[in-house]
Amino acid sequence: MAPATVPLPYSAMEIFAQQIVNGLVLGSIYALVALGYTMVYGILGLINFAHGDITMVGALVSLTVAQMLAAAGLPAPLVLLLAGGAAMIVCVSLGVTIERVAYRPLRRAPRLAPLITAIGISILLQYTAALIWGKQYIAMPEIVGSARISILGAQLTGLQAAIFVLACTIMAALLWFIRSSRMGRAMRATAQNPDIAGLMGVNANTVIAFTFVLGSAIGAVAGLMVVLYYGLGHYFMGFMLGLKAFTAAVLGGIGNVAGAMLGGLLLGVIESLASGYIGDLTGGVLGSNYRDIFAFLVLVLVLVLKPSGLMGQHSGDRV
Amino acid sequence: MLLLAAPFLIESLLGRSWVRITDVALLFIMLALGLNIVVGFAGLLDLGYIAFFAVGAYCYGLLASPQFGLHWPFWALLPLGAGVAAIFGILLGAPTLRLRGDYLAIVTLGFGEIIRVLLNNLNRPVNITNGPQGITLIDPLQIDKFSLAQTHKALGLEFTPVHSYYFVFLACVLACIFISLRLENSRIGRAWIAIREDELAASAMGINTRNMKLLAFAMGATFGGVAGGLFASFQGFVSPESFHLIDSIMVLCMVVLGGMGNVAGVVIGAILLTALPEALRYIGPLQQRWLGKVIIDPADLRMLLFGLALVLMMLLRPSGIRPARRRRATSAANTPDAA
Amino acid sequence: MHKNPLPDFAVALLVATLLAACSKEAPQPVPKAAAPSEPQMLNVKIGSASPLTGPQAHIGIDIRNGVKLAIDDANAANIEIGGKKVKFEIVAEDDEANPTKATTVAQKLADSKVAAVVGHFNSGASIPASKIYSDAGIPQISPSSTNPKYTQQGFKTTFRVVAHDDQQGPTLARFAANTLKVKNVAVIDDSTAYGQGLADAFENTIKSLGAKIVAREHTTDKDTDFKAILTRIKGKKPDLIMFGGIDPQAAPMVKQMKEIAIKAKYIGGDGMQTPNFIKLAGDASEGAMASIPGLPKEQMPGGKEFLEKYKAKFNQGVELFAPMGYDAVMVFIDAMKRAGSADPAKFLPEVGKTSYQGVIGPIAFDDKGDLKDGPITIYVVKGGQWVPLETVKPNAGTPAAQK
Repeated sequence: MAPATVPLPYSAMEIFAQQIVNGLVLGSIYALVALGYTMVYGILGLINFAHGDITMVGALVSLTVAQMLAAAGLPAPLVLLLAGGAAMIVCVSLGVTIERVAYRPLRRAPRLAPLITAIGISILLQYTAALIWGKQYIAMPEIVGSARISILGAQLTGLQAAIFVLACTIMAALLWFIRSSRMGRAMRATAQNPDIAGLMGVNANTVIAFTFVLGSAIGAVAGLMVVLYYGLGHYFMGFMLGLKAFTAAVLGGIGNVAGAMLGGLLLGVIESLASGYIGDLTGGVLGSNYRDIFAFLVLVLVLVLKPSGLMGQHSGDRV
Repeated sequence: MLLLAAPFLIESLLGRSWVRITDVALLFIMLALGLNIVVGFAGLLDLGYIAFFAVGAYCYGLLASPQFGLHWPFWALLPLGAGVAAIFGILLGAPTLRLRGDYLAIVTLGFGEIIRVLLNNLNRPVNITNGPQGITLIDPLQIDKFSLAQTHKALGLEFTPVHSYYFVFLACVLACIFISLRLENSRIGRAWIAIREDELAASAMGINTRNMKLLAFAMGATFGGVAGGLFASFQGFVSPESFHLIDSIMVLCMVVLGGMGNVAGVVIGAILLTALPEALRYIGPLQQRWLGKVIIDPADLRMLLFGLALVLMMLLRPSGIRPARRRRATSAANTPDAA
Repeated sequence: MHKNPLPDFAVALLVATLLAACSKEAPQPVPKAAAPSEPQMLNVKIGSASPLTGPQAHIGIDIRNGVKLAIDDANAANIEIGGKKVKFEIVAEDDEANPTKATTVAQKLADSKVAAVVGHFNSGASIPASKIYSDAGIPQISPSSTNPKYTQQGFKTTFRVVAHDDQQGPTLARFAANTLKVKNVAVIDDSTAYGQGLADAFENTIKSLGAKIVAREHTTDKDTDFKAILTRIKGKKPDLIMFGGIDPQAAPMVKQMKEIAIKAKYIGGDGMQTPNFIKLAGDASEGAMASIPGLPKEQMPGGKEFLEKYKAKFNQGVELFAPMGYDAVMVFIDAMKRAGSADPAKFLPEVGKTSYQGVIGPIAFDDKGDLKDGPITIYVVKGGQWVPLETVKPNAGTPAAQK
């Protein structure tokens, strides 16, 4: 089954390299989802609790489309493209609708009100998905082969490599877009001061809607990646993913796009290394059962030492 | 009077399971009142509040069960649970004092998860919490031979365990309400509200914001700790499954729906959110009768309506069912903009 | 300024009561159990309690479907108890896999005078609920709770039709040591009562049989990424990886093993012996092994028939515990028939004396209410199917060695 190139005595170096690879792939998915959180927070100051569930919807839509198309015998690249496209369309319309219906009327409400609304939306999305897709774990057809390449002794499937490269491409494109395009400038202006941006001719509503479009579309791609990578989907899958991604966003400095990317990758690597090495480092007293704690502990440390996150500016702390 | 007769009234009207639901509602009122101190009065958003409930419950469970063969009396354990929870409150509060708003929220969320994961994993290398298996056979509230777990007869009425616990919980809730109301109008309460409205101005007025925030965390945690101890004795079993993030969010929703900072509103919020999901369970048979078949699983519908209720409440009455007086004033001034 | 808190509170309680009352009055005119005025027809309610919402809903619904199927079958069979025709009725409740809700649900079932209860799914719900059933004198059979503590509380009403962790784990371990002849073993659990209990029992037994535990790792029942712990395990070079947990984790785990080129064998308990495991893991599932209490479904009388019946009725395959839920109902009905009564007080003693040939195999209880050492079968995935590999006969080896 396995290619003959697997070296038998695994050196500590190879195991380490493998852990880094694991962490980077996982982290790139975190980073993509974290972008959605951080962009909305940067502009609205709102924790869009439902973003993880938008990713879930993207995952399940792409899974269903892929199932149908793969059964029809279409070639893999086309299946992926169409599945991703369908997921994007659904997620974007969902994101924009949620913003328009649930968040916009609350823009000047007490600070906690939109957060509670977001929690409500999150529950709504989960159980609507449960109605549509049922509550079973759904299998993703294996579209992508599992050919492996070996880097420094670490095993890397073509899919993992593709996920990492695509994620980095999307992040780079997003950075460029925000730095250089007209809409990007409008977004930055609105994030800094919506009133003055309005005076300068920026339509805040358009900018905010566009932010949701971007975040949801990227979330849809992340959803497709998750079902491809793990081979299954479930109506509850967005919750933990969202939580981790949100942690990543705060770690990098919430509101900061580059920070979300860094935070995502870092969180992935930290989780990998922590659950991979903590048992050996503590002589078995602590084990991989504390993996989730480490993510949060690092977060607490960062926040206490540098509350604005790794890449946050002080202006990011909204009052 | 109504309160005293309530369990018997509810039982004859609705059945004993609703007395149990009322008992649970009373526990949640206690939790909501505790969280109200942190979120409602002091304006510190806590997404991991259920951790204090867990601490109180495990405190009681560990020291009054066969787990360590200890059977301490409840009158020692309840204050102990409250005290330990308060210490955890300060442990959480101290490093997070500098944080504001959403950062605080995520740290408290992490704190809640950390406590749960610890409870789930402190069964190795040394078995303390018995891990995911939980602690069974926890002692009920009892003095000598008089145990609330037995059925007692008095005044021609039958006091089953759910009834007896109702009165204990009711007494505790009334105490919590009393403390909350006194706090709200005290020097401390006014200091908290000042911090909530404008921390900078509050400290400029000479309020020691650090101590006041710590006090808020500790006070809130105390309520949670007591409720946790009562919960452990009531259930006779605790396991980490009872203390998920979703439970923290539930309590937060109770506070927010009722109106942050308003004691009566918070009580109503807690009752509504405990009773509503139970009431919605009856939708299934209704569908069967009116439509001939069950189209939406009532269990799903319950969650859907719950989500919808949260959204609609916030859209239509963002300050809760009964907004706090001070808040009502400010939000009234703000609403014209929102349109 | 100071307001009396009481009025507000009373109003609040009233609101709750009214609210409850409104919702309650509509659907309730269900006839009370065992109406004595009608000698011909006896209504018997059987409770079913399992999570119907939340992440474990698919398994909870499976149990409820099993109960439903049993009740439909029983009604079709025109069963008579004590000379009266019986109509059975299901009262299904959602415990959300939550211990607090479980006690509420238990109280509700006790209130609606069910004769017996099938449930709950997780041990965390079964244990607190068992106290309420015991107080009400209602017999309870859990189709799936494997925490040994569940039956160790001394309640007379508490039974289960599934091998508990201290039975299944050691059987798996003996199979691994004696048949697979493994020397170095890595053990992973999902940090739930079920997964960890199974893994602990496995670890203890296989250590006593001379194998070495090279790694003991943990994940959660919500995770799907196991690369980090698998990579660590890879460095320890085990011959076998044992997983205590259920299929949504077991499937991606075996996939990821293949992705990072781990060649060790893979074995688990009944939680992963499901069709969904193969569906979710695809080709990677090939060669994976898992045990399940009872005889192979094809070899048991009525097993195949059950699967077909289930498929025809619910338009989906059996997930996990539907046969146990089905058998639990049948065990109750069997006991009622022998006692000639559907009154829990009368037929409860008969439940303990059960000797019944169920879908999962012969069912009998020991004095604690545990399933008496039923056979346990080890399966392997071959050509996309679970194929029976070996049936470990009752009392093979020393099952009591654990104690």
